[in-house]
Amino acid sequence: MSSENTVSINGQSHALPDDPRVSLLDLLRHHLGLTGTKKGCDHGQCGACTVLVNGVRINSCLTLAVMHDGDEVTTIEGLGTAENPSPLQRAFVERDAYQCGYCTPGQICSATAMLDEIAAGWPSDASDTLDGPMEVSADEIRERMSGNICRCGAYANIVDAIRDVAAGEVA
Amino acid sequence: MRPFDYQRAEGMDHAGRLVAAENAQPIAGGTNLLDLMKLQVETPQALVDINRVGHAEIEDTDDGGLWIGTLATNTATAAHPRVRADYPVLARAILAGATQQLRNRATTGGNLCQRTRCYYFTNIDQPCNKREPGSGCGAIDGIARLHAVLGTSDQCIATYPGDMAVALSALAATVHIATAEGGTRTVPVREFHRLPGDTPWKDNVLEPGELIMGVTVPPPGEGKQIYRKVRERSSYAFALCSIAVIVEMDGDMITRADLAFGGLAHKPWHNPEVGEVLVGQKPGAALFDKAADVLLRDARGYGENDFKIPLARRTLAAVLAEATGAEL
Repeated sequence: MSSENTVSINGQSHALPDDPRVSLLDLLRHHLGLTGTKKGCDHGQCGACTVLVNGVRINSCLTLAVMHDGDEVTTIEGLGTAENPSPLQRAFVERDAYQCGYCTPGQICSATAMLDEIAAGWPSDASDTLDGPMEVSADEIRERMSGNICRCGAYANIVDAIRDVAAGEVA
Repeated sequence: MRPFDYQRAEGMDHAGRLVAAENAQPIAGGTNLLDLMKLQVETPQALVDINRVGHAEIEDTDDGGLWIGTLATNTATAAHPRVRADYPVLARAILAGATQQLRNRATTGGNLCQRTRCYYFTNIDQPCNKREPGSGCGAIDGIARLHAVLGTSDQCIATYPGDMAVALSALAATVHIATAEGGTRTVPVREFHRLPGDTPWKDNVLEPGELIMGVTVPPPGEGKQIYRKVRERSSYAFALCSIAVIVEMDGDMITRADLAFGGLAHKPWHNPEVGEVLVGQKPGAALFDKAADVLLRDARGYGENDFKIPLARRTLAAVLAEATGAEL
């Protein structure tokens, strides 16, 4: 690999690693110190590592950093800050949508993309029809967020937080 | 993860040449392959990144069918207007599998080539004839809840885990393959995956150096399309039994019945006799039972998965009742 290859993380350009075994997740956490993204299972089962690549949510543990030459990655650090949180970050706080908080960055990255997917009319397994419009119902949220596991079981409040944002109740 | 060389293919021909090298593997979404590499189930010496070779397109074919390129993501396929309108069984099958994060990366070709989730296959401390030919099968007489009841061998009782291919099998889709010699060939998706037999390490008919270019689906017919998936939990679980059906009726008579089954075998299971039992008949519980008799004629349980045989019978009756409007 040539070191000219770069990936944009939260708007900042970074060199891709020399070792092709480095996952996008390990690039973020170990190489760049962006520890907001979490490593849970490291096998794509828990969703703690969810980030946005070119606006699309993926498991950063199941993709090699070197495959992301030229891509734009957004992590939880890129969605908002403590002083200026995103609507979902604010809603998770207001709804107490966590206990230990370890899955929360993945939940919020995932939900950020999910609201865009519903707005774009993408169907899910919970959709009654395939031709929309898609609702932000509790059933839809549960199905569409099934790739993000919360071991503390804060699901009820996570669903409420997401519904608040979808309903425009959190700015 | 073992060290490997990373190579980026610039086109399909280039990818074919790189993949033809010994112990080289293509990588697209990578969600299954990288998982298995972390477990050292897969230990390629070279990974050929095919994400930039093109073939992500989904386009109408001249005959009114649909071409789905090998790099089209599962998300793009399930959300495509024509798939939603004309091939709902395909959209539903894809949406019933994995999670949104995984479907956003998973591709047509990679999904077809995904490997079994047999617990013995994915654990290198266990015997597995698929992973380590000649080492034995841990699942036979072992933990076999996910395992096959149709088309098994004394070497392997693993299941093909996917949903998309089950729908493609019911739809009689065709896999288009770039050969190692630079040509192309086509294989009906119903013949793409193999039964384990004495060579369980071969999941499908791809030869070394071959790459999937895409899939064509024939023009849609009339009739009802349903994908029914029975699983341990309501989301993000592999099928214990799934059925893709396309049923056409003329009055109260069944005129077409194309069915494929997931979770029961080493491949999406398609037995044309099941449809033949149904065509020309009036739907009803007795007829559905007869179809199940044909489907399960040679079924064999391995203890933990014995339940799949009555489960398949009941799921078939339920899905056919839904498709035909018959009462059970």
